[in-house]
Amino acid sequence: MQATAEQIHKIAQEHLQKQRAYEKVLHVCFGPGCLASGSKPAHEKLSAAVEREGLSRKVLLKKVGCMGLCGRGPLVVVGDDEVFYQGIGKRSVDDDVEMLVEYLKTGALAEKLLMDGPEKGKKYTHMSEVPFYSCQKKMVMEDVGRIDPDSIDEYLAAGGYTALRKALSMKPDDIIESVKKAGLRGKGGGGFLAATKWRSCRDAHGSPKYIMANGDEGDPGAFMDRALMEGNPHLVLEGMIIGAFAIAGGQGFIYVRDEYPLAVQRLVAATAEARRLGFLGEDICGSGFDFDIRIVRGGGAFVCGESTALMSSIEGKGGEPRAKYVHTVEHGLWNLPSNLNNVETWATVPHIINKGHEWFASIGTAGSKGTKAFSLVGKVQNTGIIEVPMGMTLKEIIFDLGGGIPKGRKFKAVQTGGPSGGCIPADHLDKPVDFDSLYDLGSMMGSGGMIVMDERDCMVDVARYFLKFLVEESCGKCVPCREGVRRMYEIVDRIASGQGRSGDLEHLEELGKAIQLGSLCGLGQSAPNPLLSTLRYFREEYEAHITKKKCPAGVCKPLIKFTVNEKCNGCMVCARECPTECISGEKQKPHVIEQDKCVRCGNCFEACRFDAVTIE
Amino acid sequence: MPKVNLSVDGKKIQADKGAFLLDVCRDNHIPVPSLCHNEALGSDGRCRLCVVEVRRGNRTRMVTSCLFPAAEGVEAITQSANIALVRKTVLELLWARCPESDEIARLARSHGVSDVRYQKDNDKGKCILCNLCIRTCESVVGVSALGLSGKGPVKKVTTPFDEPSETCIGCGACAFVCPTGHIQMWDKEGVRNIWGRKFEMAACAKCGTHFAPLYQLEYISKTSGASMDRLRTCPDCR
Ligand SMILES: Cc1cc2nc3c(=O)[nH]c(=O)nc-3n(C[C@H](O)[C@H](O)[C@H](O)COP(=O)(O)O)c2cc1C
Ligand code: SF4
Ligand code: FES
Repeated sequence: MQATAEQIHKIAQEHLQKQRAYEKVLHVCFGPGCLASGSKPAHEKLSAAVEREGLSRKVLLKKVGCMGLCGRGPLVVVGDDEVFYQGIGKRSVDDDVEMLVEYLKTGALAEKLLMDGPEKGKKYTHMSEVPFYSCQKKMVMEDVGRIDPDSIDEYLAAGGYTALRKALSMKPDDIIESVKKAGLRGKGGGGFLAATKWRSCRDAHGSPKYIMANGDEGDPGAFMDRALMEGNPHLVLEGMIIGAFAIAGGQGFIYVRDEYPLAVQRLVAATAEARRLGFLGEDICGSGFDFDIRIVRGGGAFVCGESTALMSSIEGKGGEPRAKYVHTVEHGLWNLPSNLNNVETWATVPHIINKGHEWFASIGTAGSKGTKAFSLVGKVQNTGIIEVPMGMTLKEIIFDLGGGIPKGRKFKAVQTGGPSGGCIPADHLDKPVDFDSLYDLGSMMGSGGMIVMDERDCMVDVARYFLKFLVEESCGKCVPCREGVRRMYEIVDRIASGQGRSGDLEHLEELGKAIQLGSLCGLGQSAPNPLLSTLRYFREEYEAHITKKKCPAGVCKPLIKFTVNEKCNGCMVCARECPTECISGEKQKPHVIEQDKCVRCGNCFEACRFDAVTIE
Repeated sequence: MPKVNLSVDGKKIQADKGAFLLDVCRDNHIPVPSLCHNEALGSDGRCRLCVVEVRRGNRTRMVTSCLFPAAEGVEAITQSANIALVRKTVLELLWARCPESDEIARLARSHGVSDVRYQKDNDKGKCILCNLCIRTCESVVGVSALGLSGKGPVKKVTTPFDEPSETCIGCGACAFVCPTGHIQMWDKEGVRNIWGRKFEMAACAKCGTHFAPLYQLEYISKTSGASMDRLRTCPDCR
């Protein structure tokens, strides 16, 4: 069917009318975080209760994508005024469902399920009051967590595919010009200007031209691309179709990380729906333009996110990168002109077309326009997916939006850019988050992972963690990365276990520089970053491991010792938690840890409520 | 072939447009070391020994000379502190990987690497993963009996599923092209041993020497159309 603009409008209006017939619409988060914390059983029980209470005609339960505040899930948000309920079923699903039903029946707020404010006894009622949300500026994530991703009608009702229709009435060159004036930079890591790539690909000779979306998202701890693909798949499609029209692309591929089966399923379903209404396939919206998209499952390796490895993987060959002296915009997939952008980059395009490049360029900093989605994780109160204007400071993100560090501990560093990025210390918290300033700090934007660390995190251990990841994820094609990164890991591992030697740090810096300079692809070229950035900002911590044989953060097991101090009142809690039973002492008398038997698990340290266990 | 003007270490050179910088350097007697490059097979940029620096405007960047296409106005340098750092690092790393290889030790020493600062490997043989054997088998012999398996530090050259290959014809081209002598091949009592397989050798119809595996002759006969009778005579007696 080739739906006309009028028919599409009618579908959208009818859908809105149907929804308006309900008194209340409950959005139940089915994002990855909330699913893990139990939103499915909560939804089932709520749904059964709604039925039982005869509310089915008044109340609509909608399964939506990630709402962002994953750390407080499962989340339920009510209708237009956005009453914000969190932690559903954390204590008891049945009790919580009962409270929600009561609310649905009488309008009395389920106080217990509201989020605590900063002052005791004060709660946030609406989403808009919660700083985590009010500090954000949503663009690509705007409808993620609001619409049912399985329904194209929902997307249409939210204004979906209007940008495509508008773009199809424009000249391809004008679309590229608009994206250029908007200043859109790629959000997959490098921050390359999207319009420059599109222009080169449009001008390249060869047919068909391939249009690709990178949804490989291999950074450990990052899941914003997943939230986007699962939560609003049509937005990615719409952006790609507009891009394809501008570039004169003939076939599209979305390369999705193998571990994201739900994203694959949603995108496959979305392409089928888009095809049904004539947004994909032949003669799109009657414009004469043909384009289709296939969903490809990733090769399961971090390196497959690298552009040339990704293309080799789509071709069915092993995921090894190649040198890019011949640009992929000219000779990419099957040697034909190819344009690859990150899924978030594509999802930004419909917004630029609909609201104009002036509007887009008014958001962000001089060099980085628009917004960026991050996954905020680690030692921060509010963990989850956020989208903020470029240029927001690290401090605003971590303390205002993220709510600061839990347990009253001190902020130590924030890791951005995943395995290719670096750790930024407290001195730089006032720096704006954009492509260029993160790069200047020895880190990078990457695709948007942001891991907050506190005083209990050891930077040597952090570097070791990323190096271990990279040793295994190096494709092994070129020598500096394959051989060099594992040697870096060996040295750092030695330092962490108290076997560090003088000269190790200089050796690491030299080796790191050689790997950066000599590796074939971006993985190797950036692999030393987590190490070099921690060395740059936390050198004394490395030195403490090497010369004093001490781990100041109390993390590296061979270098620490747990002892009991005079604050001990003999409550015996620690003794019960000790797996090797090496804590002795009588009730109400200070305890002693037998060092020979201690395995340094830290259970006693975590268990003690009187700060009587100290780490040396 | 259109020509371009470029310079290497200050020397002005005219080269075919798109020719690889490594070949251009060597044609002009400017030495650039390499391990994974071969004149007939080219390279796919694994060893990183051939890196040079290229200046465009006031930007200098490191490039892989075996893959970098000659273009108008390129200014290349083959010696610098950074280039030396990469080459020395590569060689020290390979030496630590393949302590048994005399070829690597010699090359490392000649680049000023006197010792290895790492725990030496003892499980990788002399293989530096240059990929030349695989490319030879695939594009010269046309058989594709070898491939790479695994990633990262456990990556290795092997036959499919580590089993004796069914397609291998025992020609030994891989062993011949291997720069370090990693690939084990020996002929004994009319039988060739390679990649875990034994190949019966054909005896020359005239002199009786066991000169080539039967499979290889059959493969040549099949692909070239030459008769087996003719092929059964060794090249010396033909
Ligand atoms: C090792 C490595 C992994 C990468 N992984 C991803 C990824 O998971 N997602 C992504 O969009 N880009 C990734 N990239 C960047 C891509 O190569 C490419 O630059 C990007 O997809 C282009 O899109 P953009 O211009 O919209 O950012 C990776 C790069 C490297 C070197
Ligand atoms: S830098 Fe690492 S990942 Fe990239 S080609 Fe070399 S070995 Fe493979
Ligand atoms: S010869 Fe160029 S990388 Fe090996």
